[in-house]
Amino acid sequence: MKWQVVETKKGTRCRVLEGGSGAPLVFFHGAGGLLRDNPFLDQLARGHHVFAPEWPGYGESAGEELLEDMLDFTLHGWDLVEALGLDQPHLVGHSMGGMIAAEMACVAPHDLARLVLVSPAGLWLDEHPIPDIFALLPYQIAEVLFHDPQQGQALLTGGADLSDMEALKEFYIGSQRRLAMAGKILFPIPNRRLSKRLYRLTAESLVLWGASDRLIVPAYAERWKALIPHARLEVIGDAGHMLPYEQPDQLVRAVSGFLQRAR
Amino acid sequence: MKFTWFNLMPWPYLPDDFRAKHRSVWVDIPSTLYDPKKGHHVYHEYLDQLEYAETLGFDGIGCNEHHQNGYGLMPSPNLVAATLARRTSRAALCVIGNSIASYNPPIRVAEEFAMLDVISGGRLVAGFPVGTPMDTNFCYGQIPALTRDKYREAHDLIMKAWASDEPFAFDGKYNQLRWVNCWPKPIQKPHPPIYIPGGGSIETWDFCLDYDYNYSYLSFFGYLRGKSLLDGYWERVAKRGKDESPYRAAFAQIICVADTDAEAERLYAEHCLYFFNRCLHVFPPFADPAGYRTMATIKYGALAQLTLARQKILENLTWKQLVDERFIIAGSPETVRQQLEECIKGLHIGHLFCLFHNGDMPDWKTRHSTKLFAEKVMPHLRDMWPEWKHDERWWMHPMDDRIRPEERQPGAAKVGAEWPR
Repeated sequence: MKWQVVETKKGTRCRVLEGGSGAPLVFFHGAGGLLRDNPFLDQLARGHHVFAPEWPGYGESAGEELLEDMLDFTLHGWDLVEALGLDQPHLVGHSMGGMIAAEMACVAPHDLARLVLVSPAGLWLDEHPIPDIFALLPYQIAEVLFHDPQQGQALLTGGADLSDMEALKEFYIGSQRRLAMAGKILFPIPNRRLSKRLYRLTAESLVLWGASDRLIVPAYAERWKALIPHARLEVIGDAGHMLPYEQPDQLVRAVSGFLQRAR
Repeated sequence: MKFTWFNLMPWPYLPDDFRAKHRSVWVDIPSTLYDPKKGHHVYHEYLDQLEYAETLGFDGIGCNEHHQNGYGLMPSPNLVAATLARRTSRAALCVIGNSIASYNPPIRVAEEFAMLDVISGGRLVAGFPVGTPMDTNFCYGQIPALTRDKYREAHDLIMKAWASDEPFAFDGKYNQLRWVNCWPKPIQKPHPPIYIPGGGSIETWDFCLDYDYNYSYLSFFGYLRGKSLLDGYWERVAKRGKDESPYRAAFAQIICVADTDAEAERLYAEHCLYFFNRCLHVFPPFADPAGYRTMATIKYGALAQLTLARQKILENLTWKQLVDERFIIAGSPETVRQQLEECIKGLHIGHLFCLFHNGDMPDWKTRHSTKLFAEKVMPHLRDMWPEWKHDERWWMHPMDDRIRPEERQPGAAKVGAEWPR
């Protein structure tokens, strides 16, 4: 896969990881951004034309000051689809990216093919409060995000040596920039009333969840299923919130199976 | 020099094992540690001390705003200032200040500050902090990356509400008000002196200079550590072509005075250590949510400000460290005078916010230290800035014929105020 840069009508400049051939599929990453290695995207690209844009404020993508609230993020998603020249793409979103993909599908339900939500944010259940990701010590992050925190820690830092002050500084600055952006739709509670709009969804939908997700616990999967009655739900074992990175094979099997299924 | 007696109003009953047992004095501190009946006595003791400071000749008495905080029992500093307005008549009431990004709508601040200014006869000094991330983001739910934008809008609304003589419509991003019409208005024209408390955000310097507001650096870590920041501020002042009046800047300093240096340690060490060990025990992520500081500020300070490092310093502090590294200025009147002179000159400040009550310090020690300072230190530091002697731009301008409510018995009729018949 290779990087390209697209500019939206609004003026954001986003880096997009692109590869493969087949039906267009747009993958929206979560609050942590794309990691250094994203093997599930390479695998998806074997059957689809995959586009994985970075949100402004992530990596080399710029223009974060142009996006302030949920509607801005949602329209930015469609602006990207337009800037990439795609027609009726599949939308796949993970975590915060799932929240945005679901909003996109609510505001323009006929402009996408199928919708896949992987441990999406966007709902809130009082009986299952989601841990405050904006108030975590560095070592707590992997514990919350991964089924296997030790392996997860290595994935998060992408092999950077954080005992090196310069590397630590760079990692810290990047992380502050990413979460500052994510906070606009996730802080202090990741609920921008999406539940009021989900009735509009018409696209065929798949909800995927990691069985040991400690950030957004699987009870939320049931809530999504209840709010999108026609959605299918699949829970995948040995995976936490970072399901795409912990079980890429399982993820790709489930997504490909769903997207290639005849109507 | 102007001296303001400031009380943070800490809760003095945090248990000895507080640090070991709880992760933070702020935001998620167990509310079971608070006892309202003890709190009744605590409030009155602290308010009495503020009133006492006026009788000793302090120029101002000060309070501030914190939420869900074991060292700051003033979620509403305006309530504190309101009680002081009725029990004092000479000192400035320094409310440093209201975290205006958290008020909805912020016109509330324009109104309450106007009330305070009117009740006190024009003695309000009005502080507009962005608010700490603990208060503004974690306790009051404001989005970190939008906090500064919302703050600026709140500021614009309040200042316009005070300045305008006509009702106006305000079509803001965060506040839409069809009829803004501040009633009452402050006595001080065009507005009470404005103080902007800053931590280390470089944007705040320009904001202060754009409007000629006072820049207040409120640190608990003393003037040696404050110096680099204030040097940066004064550099900016020079670059902007503004005059170098020391009254453009204020600094907060913990001060302990006793008859001798040794006596100061004997009297105050345990209470200062209570403050540093327990009251400043903040869970680091609460102090640094992504988006609160701008990228420019993060890159300027980068890792130097990482709060984890600061927490480490606090763990095993000793009195000797506190004094030697000038976190606090403590000792005999002569020691305190010398060090404060160094502090005032070094930072080039015209306003000192003096913190005499620290941690769980009992009333008598607080008064002892305050009185020694007022009698044996303050007089020697009054004329530090002779060339700016008449610069009152950053101080209150009260009514001359204001009422002296503290001299009247509760319920007494005003002499000569019979209804005309």
